[in-house]
Amino acid sequence: MRGWGEWASVAWFLVPALVLFLVFVLAPIVVAVFTGFFKWGGIGPLDDFVGFANYTKLFDDRVFLGDLGRGLYLIVLSITVQLPFALFTAVLLNQRLRGRAVYRMLFFAPYILSEVVTAVLFTMIFLPGAGMADHLVGLLGLEGLQGKWLADPSTVMPTLFVVMIWKYFGFHMMLFLAGLQGIPAEILEAASIDGAGAWQRFRHVTLPLLGPTIRISVFLSIIGSIQLFDLVWVMTAGGPNHSSETMAIAMFQFGFKRYQVGYASAISVVLFMISLVFSLFYQRYVLRRDLNGAVTAGGGR
Amino acid sequence: MNARGTARGLSLHAVVWLIAAFVVVPLVYAVISGFKSTGELTTNPFGLPEQWKAGNYTGILGDVTFWRQMANSAGIAIATTFCTVAAAAMAAFVLARYAFRGRELFYTLFTIGLMFPFAVAVLPLFLMLRTFGLLDNPLGVILPQAAFGLPMTIVILRGFFRTVPAEIEEAATMDGCGTFRFFWKILLPMARPALGTVSVLSVVASWNNFFLPLLVFNDPKWQTIPVGVQQFQGQYSTDYALVLAYIVLAMVPALAFYAVAERQLIGGLTAGATKG
Repeated sequence: MRGWGEWASVAWFLVPALVLFLVFVLAPIVVAVFTGFFKWGGIGPLDDFVGFANYTKLFDDRVFLGDLGRGLYLIVLSITVQLPFALFTAVLLNQRLRGRAVYRMLFFAPYILSEVVTAVLFTMIFLPGAGMADHLVGLLGLEGLQGKWLADPSTVMPTLFVVMIWKYFGFHMMLFLAGLQGIPAEILEAASIDGAGAWQRFRHVTLPLLGPTIRISVFLSIIGSIQLFDLVWVMTAGGPNHSSETMAIAMFQFGFKRYQVGYASAISVVLFMISLVFSLFYQRYVLRRDLNGAVTAGGGR
Repeated sequence: MNARGTARGLSLHAVVWLIAAFVVVPLVYAVISGFKSTGELTTNPFGLPEQWKAGNYTGILGDVTFWRQMANSAGIAIATTFCTVAAAAMAAFVLARYAFRGRELFYTLFTIGLMFPFAVAVLPLFLMLRTFGLLDNPLGVILPQAAFGLPMTIVILRGFFRTVPAEIEEAATMDGCGTFRFFWKILLPMARPALGTVSVLSVVASWNNFFLPLLVFNDPKWQTIPVGVQQFQGQYSTDYALVLAYIVLAMVPALAFYAVAERQLIGGLTAGATKG
């Protein structure tokens, strides 16, 4: 066993990170759980203890249940639309193709732009009357779409989702490209020699071997959809009439606009519980097999 | 083979071109629209400007506020990165190379932070910062950002530190190198590529953060570019061409940084995602 000096130096190295993490990451959760049991406007003493009333009120609120549904809608779309699209693009750019590196860099570029810049850009594009989108569908003879986009409850969520794909598909494409590079060429060659066509090779060799990458991509899509805030806040602020409101938006509205801080804290706690339970479940049952089989060498080599 | 191969090559290119158009058209539209007047956006949405007017761009570039927001964003990104990487490197070092009781517990604690939506913490964080008197203080943004950057940074650095052979450490100890000297003189210089990667990730995350600066900075003196973009849009909401010019200029540093640090960024993201 090591001596005290050794222990002291270990502690010394851990302390800065531990203090930062405890104060700014874990403590806020405790604060949210605590304030979630009060009716509180954010200023003055916490004296109106209401127990679980905020939570019962939440789950009686049709709008909040709608927020949950809209979160689910984004999750389902990102797994059924964005993920296959990103995988398709990755397979495409994994071929011998002139200018491959340029395309790869290009498709990833939106990912590094800030959500706010992206949101304002697409707000301008979808402006009723003056925006590019209206002119574009006008050229295609689809006048029915003009003026809707972010302004109409029936089209606002799909429109937001298009922006999400634009911004994030390149990131998932990069994950898949890294995964594809980890597949030994010999296996694919062997399948070819055995007479497997391109589709069969993809279906029976590539796809199973990409399993770990797909599972990570699904995980990140779900966590990302749950906490989507900046894009929606800047583009629609949850409107029109709550039709694009997500849980994070509701929390912000109640906490910073309507000064129902206790209620907003309860929303934070629900958001936290959903993320935590989902993550633990997913790591335990879905990622279990992958934990030691990192897909990439990583490290930018 | 040849005829079929060419046809296949063409259709492959057509598909890639289509996806590229989806990505590029919005960006090019913004750049070109910035050179138009707002009236021309409606009359001539897709063509090149009848007259290239640089006025929108030069007006913003001559504005002190724009440069102040850039400087604030840069300063906060650098300070955040320094805090994140310094604290994470120290923690990752002992978590990677020392066997002590509770090590796995500490590591698990940090990795829990990986699945922690920032949106969850932002309201209580605001209440805490108000109590500490850190509103309208850059530390109120820097410290929480650094704290939220720790999990990913620790995961990546710990993975790298574990690859350094034990023989090197033994040799250093034989030569009378203490724990701290080994860390400072030998391990950190060896870890330069990994440190570069996590620094790039941290800079990008801080540069793009909107939620926290929006809440912490009421005073325009401290506001960062993302907050500035949103305010500008609110202020000039009807001058579309000017707003587009503003976001084009706001994109330039991020895209330039991406062009320089592309490899670290992509390597870091894929490593972080798959080793988490």
